[in-house]
Amino acid sequence: MEIPENVKKRLSIPAEEYFYAGHTACQGCGASLGLRYVLKAYGKKTIFAIPACCSTIIAGAWPYSTLEANLFHTAFETTGAVIGGIEAALKAKGYKVKGEDGVMVVGWAGDGGTADIGLQALSGFLERGHDAVYIMYDNEAYMNTGIQRSGSTPYGAWTTNTPGGKKHFLEKRHKKKVIDIVIAHEIPYAATASVAFPEDFMRKLKKAQKTPGPSFIQLFSPCPTGWRSPTDKSIEIARLAVQTAYFPLFEYENGKYKINMPSTKKEPKPIEEFLKYQGRFKYMTKEDIEVLQQWVNHEWEKLKKLAEVFG
Amino acid sequence: MEYKPIRKVVSGNYAAAYAVKHARVEVVAAYPITPQTSIIEKIAEFLANGEVENLQYVPVESEHSAMAATIGASATGARAFTATSAQGLALMHEMLHWAAGARLPIVMVDVNRAMAPPWSVWDDQTDSLAQRDTGWMQFYAENNQEVYDGVLMSFKVAEKVNVPAMVIESAFILSHTYDVVEMIPQELVDEFLPPREPLYTLTDFDNPKAIGALATPNDYYEFRYKLAKAHEEAKKVIKEVGKEFGERFGRDYSQMIELYRTDDADFVFMGMGSLMGTVKQAVDILREEGYKVGAAKVRWFRPFPSEELYELAKNVEGIAVLDRNYSFGMEGILFTEAKGVLYNTDAKPLMKNYIVGLGGRDFTVDDVRKIAENMKAIIEKGELDVEVDWYHLKR
Repeated sequence: MEIPENVKKRLSIPAEEYFYAGHTACQGCGASLGLRYVLKAYGKKTIFAIPACCSTIIAGAWPYSTLEANLFHTAFETTGAVIGGIEAALKAKGYKVKGEDGVMVVGWAGDGGTADIGLQALSGFLERGHDAVYIMYDNEAYMNTGIQRSGSTPYGAWTTNTPGGKKHFLEKRHKKKVIDIVIAHEIPYAATASVAFPEDFMRKLKKAQKTPGPSFIQLFSPCPTGWRSPTDKSIEIARLAVQTAYFPLFEYENGKYKINMPSTKKEPKPIEEFLKYQGRFKYMTKEDIEVLQQWVNHEWEKLKKLAEVFG
Repeated sequence: MEYKPIRKVVSGNYAAAYAVKHARVEVVAAYPITPQTSIIEKIAEFLANGEVENLQYVPVESEHSAMAATIGASATGARAFTATSAQGLALMHEMLHWAAGARLPIVMVDVNRAMAPPWSVWDDQTDSLAQRDTGWMQFYAENNQEVYDGVLMSFKVAEKVNVPAMVIESAFILSHTYDVVEMIPQELVDEFLPPREPLYTLTDFDNPKAIGALATPNDYYEFRYKLAKAHEEAKKVIKEVGKEFGERFGRDYSQMIELYRTDDADFVFMGMGSLMGTVKQAVDILREEGYKVGAAKVRWFRPFPSEELYELAKNVEGIAVLDRNYSFGMEGILFTEAKGVLYNTDAKPLMKNYIVGLGGRDFTVDDVRKIAENMKAIIEKGELDVEVDWYHLKR
């Protein structure tokens, strides 16, 4: 569809589409929105590496692809290594990599493929300093395999292998802080983002593009199928994740932390706000919710302190 | 330009590194493991000394990532190489399927080493043969010269048929043993092995590709068939490239099974890799002692040289298959393969399997003589004593 120039000028997000209709994501899928924004930010000169995850299916089975960009489908635990290899080959072939006019190499992997099985390859990628962007879309479980817990699954969440039963639920561990592990590598740029805040996400994608070396973005991506949430509530849930400080938006840039919350003055909403539309949390008692709230408070205070000291 | 070889005294591993240099490999991603490490150390040294141009060296954090990064590089269109051994090769296993399935002409050197436990760093073929069904071609080198030649030829073959290839050398027996290797001047290597022209790459931004996508039962089968056909095609290409190599550089590799004094042999020793050097030496000695014996060195195990094996089997009474490997619950792997090839043919020599040299146990000329005596006896009797003989067993 042709978009008139005067309309284009008013848009803060590019009108061009490189992620096409006909993809096979579920209704209300956060990851598919994420892919759309990444392509809007980087355009056709992008090479994706996508491991086993929902996006393998979303992008489409042979001979189709819903992405207008080159894409290498790879094995579950290899995203970090494969984008390293792609970047090395581009350099050997004389391509400009990263930067405004360079080729963008993007690893696009779920939380299971990043926080768990792919963590080693991610660490290797970060430590070696490849010019590429790694985006972990975080839907907090192994969704494509049928909603099993990952290291990124939060306390209290029902999944098929940590079910909530008549007596209790099994997921007693808090969400693994992958972004903290990433920052421990002291890379030039890391950030959290959310599909509920697309302008913020786009800005971070652009910053990742401009910054030489490895960049990492953890994108909060609701999954109505796995979260037992209404398909029209994905954005609202994602927004509440930020507003409750369950998933705060921030950037880490060359040693400095910066919190990018929609309103810095407001105190975070109570965690119940985030939980309310999601069937996966229905097994939680008041005490359980308090446990989660304490964790959120603790992590939020820690982040604020980091931003204060290293801001 | 007239071919004047450059003679260097190098280890098998250095022979591999020089071949990588001369092949103008663009990306090397690798992880250290004994006894492979000196291959990548030498390559890194070339890079540090400015002896190679345009090489991206990616020191990864595991063999699994070494193969994954090599795959990413090859899919992007680069000529890509890695090397490993034993446990490292086993860790790569998943990605070996990926490389072959995505039809990427990667070349890798595997230094044949026994699998643990018990820990061993010595020669044994079980590591590479366990990768038999990954879709990779496999070239077994007898000596350091064949390591060097094998890497150069494998790139050419792999890039013609879009199938990855493994060049396999023995732990320590070749990897760390120095020998004269005739190297080819760079200009002549360039003529033999021009830059890679990939079938597809990830850099066609106007016509993007999605490589390795999901295939439904309606399509998957045909992908496998195409890989099967590529291996068939590879047999032809291997012979052509081997012949061309011989014409250019004097060492002919047009046979997938190298036959040594087999023309009038009553029986032959068949095997792969460095142990066949010992066997050839033993054949010369045994011939002087009156044994009519020969050697059949299987150079390419994948694709398997079935036709050449059949031609050989028609003309001998017995084949002693020497396996430096074992498939538990069965027998030596080459033995199974060789018998399988001949089942539906009219060639039925007596075939006996000798399990030799596992975990680096010495295999000597004297061992070959003892096997010859045993083979002679069973051929005279017309029947096997045992089918699988654990030859070195301390009884």
